[in-house]
Amino acid sequence: MTAAVEFLNVSRHFGAVKAVDGVDLTIAEGSFFAMLGPSGSGKTTCLRLISGFEQPTGGAIRIFGEDVSTTPPHLRAVNTVFQDYALFPHLNVRDNVAYGLMVKGMARAPRYAKAEEMLALVHLEGYGDRKPAQLSGGQRQRVALARALVNEPRVLLLDEPLGALDLKLREAMQDELKALQVKLGLTFVFVTHDQHEALSMADSLAVFNEGKIAQIGTPQEIYDRPASRFVADFVGSSNVLPPALTQALGGPARWSSLRPETVRLAVTGPVSGPVTALRYLGAATRVVIRVAETEVAALVPAGQPLPAEGETRSIAFDPSALHLMEGA
Amino acid sequence: MRSDAPRAPLGLKIAALGGLLFLHLPILLIFLYAFTTEERTYQFPPPGLTTQWFGVAWGREDIWPPLWLSLRVAAISTVLAMILGTLIAGAMARARFFGRDQLSLLVILPIALPGVITGMSLRSAFGVMDIPFSTWTIVLGHATFCIVIVYNNAVARLRRLSGGIMEASADLGANAFQTFRHILLPNLGSALLAGGMLAFALSFDEVIVTTFTAGQQSTLPIWMYNELIRPRQRPVTNVVAIVVFAATFLPILAAYYLTRGGSDTAGAGK
Repeated sequence: MTAAVEFLNVSRHFGAVKAVDGVDLTIAEGSFFAMLGPSGSGKTTCLRLISGFEQPTGGAIRIFGEDVSTTPPHLRAVNTVFQDYALFPHLNVRDNVAYGLMVKGMARAPRYAKAEEMLALVHLEGYGDRKPAQLSGGQRQRVALARALVNEPRVLLLDEPLGALDLKLREAMQDELKALQVKLGLTFVFVTHDQHEALSMADSLAVFNEGKIAQIGTPQEIYDRPASRFVADFVGSSNVLPPALTQALGGPARWSSLRPETVRLAVTGPVSGPVTALRYLGAATRVVIRVAETEVAALVPAGQPLPAEGETRSIAFDPSALHLMEGA
Repeated sequence: MRSDAPRAPLGLKIAALGGLLFLHLPILLIFLYAFTTEERTYQFPPPGLTTQWFGVAWGREDIWPPLWLSLRVAAISTVLAMILGTLIAGAMARARFFGRDQLSLLVILPIALPGVITGMSLRSAFGVMDIPFSTWTIVLGHATFCIVIVYNNAVARLRRLSGGIMEASADLGANAFQTFRHILLPNLGSALLAGGMLAFALSFDEVIVTTFTAGQQSTLPIWMYNELIRPRQRPVTNVVAIVVFAATFLPILAAYYLTRGGSDTAGAGK
C-alpha cells in the first residue's frame, strides 16, 4: 500500500527560524494521523506543506507516491478545514459547500444536490440558505467540514478545527469526526495542541517540538513509552524522574517516566516525602508527594484511604512501570 | 434612549443651527439664482422667477466642450485610479517588504499635499519633458488624488477581509483568476464602486490642479469661474452649477450608503 503522505527529510526555514527541520514521516492511507505539539513547534507548517501553501526549503513531499514539490495548492488532491473556518462571507451555506464543485465547472443542479448531501452528512439539513454570519461556531465548523469533503479529497487536513469550540461541543465533534473518518475511509491529518484530543482520536500521532518530530507512534506507544522528557511532559501528566531519583527507586541513573496511575502510596519505603497537594478528580484523587525536590503524582482510586496534606508517604510501583527515556 | 440624553443648552443649538445655515444657505442661493429674471446682477430678492435659463443654457454652444472635457477627464481618471489603486492596495495588503510604510505614505501624499504644489510640480514636469497640454495632462493631475481615494477604500476593505478565504478558495481548487472573480471581487466590489464614485466626483469639480495642467482648455469648473467675471446671462452659470452639484453630490451620497455597513474609509480627507 502506498502511503498517503510521505515527508522525506523535509525542512522549511524562514531565514534563521527553522519552522520545520528535517522531518521524516509516513502517513498510512485511511488512517487518522494527529500532529501534536505546542504552538510554534512546526505542526501547522507541516500541514501547510501538505496543502501547498508553504514550499519546503529542503527535502521532498509525496502525496500518494507523487512528488508534489511543484504542484500549486489548487491542483492537490487534499482539502483543508481551516482553523478559523475561512467561510466565504458573501456566499450562503449551500454555495460555500458547492464552491469546490463550482470552480471545477459542475452545473448548478448537480452541485447543489451534492452540497445538500454533504450538509446532511454533517447534520445541517435545511441550513443551505443561511449566511455564515447567521451560524453558531459549531455550525460553521460543520460547514467548513462539508465544504472540504465535497471535493472528495483523498486526504483531509484539519488545522486545530475544534480549537474555537466549547468543551462539550468539542467532545461531541471529536466523536463525530472520528466516526466520519471511519465511515468515509479517508486519511485525516489532524493538527492539535490538545493531547487528549490527539490520544483519543488518532490511529497514530507525531509529537512535534521545535520543528522536529520528538516521537512518532500509536497513542498507546507514546503514552506508555515516551521517548524523551519533552514527550512525557507534553503528552500526559506523567511523572518525569531525574536520574538520581530513578536510581534511588532501583533503576539505572537515567531519566525515566512513571504514570501516576501506576504509583501506589505506602507508609514506609526507600523513597518518601510529604504530601503537598490533593486534587479530587471524581473517579480518582491525584495526590502529589515531594520526594528529593521532585513532585511525584499518584492517582488514588475513589474509595481508597487518602493521606492528609503534610503527612509523609512513600511511593511504590511495579518495576515494569518505570519507563527509561533517552537523553540526559 | 434619546429621551435620556442630556438636552443641549439653547445657545449651543442656535450656534449649531447658525453654523449649518452659514454653510448651506449659499448653496440654496445658487439654486435660487438659476431661476431669477435678472441677468446682470445677483440682486436679492430676485425680481421674478423663470425657468428660461435652462433652455438658454441648453442652447449655449460654449458650455458643451467644457462639460464633455470634464466628464471625459473624470471618467478616465476614475478608471485609471480604480485599476492602479486596487493593484497598490492588493500589494500592500499581501506583501511585507522593505519600505512598505514609506511607499504607503507616498501613495496617499497627493491628497495631503496642497493642490497648488501638485499642480506646479506637474506643470514644470510637463515643461521639462516637453509634453504638450492635453486631456491626458489633466487626467494625470487628477489621477494623483483619485488613486488615493480608491486605494484607501480598497485597503480598508482588504484589511477587514480574512486572508484565509483566499487560501480556502485555492485549497478548494480555484485558480488565481477564479479566486479573484468569485471571492475577491464580490467582497471588494462595493468598496471599489464607492471609491470610484468619490474619485469621479472629486475629479469632476477639481479646479486648482486643473488650472496648472490644462493649458488653454477649460473644464466645466474653470469655464464657470471665467463666466462669473463676465456680466452676461449670469443665471446660466447657476444652471451649470446645479448640474455640477448633481454630478458630484449624488455619487458621494451613493458611496456613503455603499460603505456605511463597515468601518470603511470613504472620503478620508479630501
